[in-house]
Amino acid sequence: MLYLYDGALDVPKILKEWYEQEEGSNYGAYIPFVGTVRDEDNIEGLSFDIYEPILRSWFEAWQTRAKAKGAVIKMAHSRGDVMLHESSYIAAVFSPKRRVALEFIDEFVEDFKASAPIWKYDLKNGKRIYALERSTAIKGSGLLK
Amino acid sequence: MVRVEFLGPIQKKPLELDISNLNELAEILQEDKEMQQWLENSAVAVNDTLVSSRDVALKDGDRVALLPPVCGG
Repeated sequence: MLYLYDGALDVPKILKEWYEQEEGSNYGAYIPFVGTVRDEDNIEGLSFDIYEPILRSWFEAWQTRAKAKGAVIKMAHSRGDVMLHESSYIAAVFSPKRRVALEFIDEFVEDFKASAPIWKYDLKNGKRIYALERSTAIKGSGLLK
Repeated sequence: MVRVEFLGPIQKKPLELDISNLNELAEILQEDKEMQQWLENSAVAVNDTLVSSRDVALKDGDRVALLPPVCGG
């Protein structure tokens, strides 16, 4: 379950929707991670590009891993501009027992940062500046150099 | 023709090329000075699947994408 939105995420609404989707599913744990834009380096906000086909296949591979452990992953991400103190990312794991969800949310978010085809830009003085220094080359990069 | 797309921050319009493998694509892109930095740090997908080897045959209608470093969240 992957949800993409234009602009900032409505965090309370999304967390509530996900809770209501699974409240009868007999999961013992619901562990969300919410990513919020911080006021630092004089940015006005962040902006995101997403390449959806590969993001969806990457996410489905994780969902298959989660299902094998009786868990389910949900993820929401913003496209376009997200301003200070707004949120651009939510990931959550539901699982029968807490340990699986705690471990999965950690692994999932780390791999998300390293592999998900999403590009981040700082918004400064009205300009959109690619955040190359904070970005990670996808495994296998440099194939055509 | 093979369509080559440049994703995210790479400011380059898509190309339509008559090529049959990724080695031919590498030769073409290496001649483009503006692509040098991106070739160093970009991953490659063929028809929306990431590939780890240049040993991939390309046929008419295939799509190749270059994916520069990522940072979601």
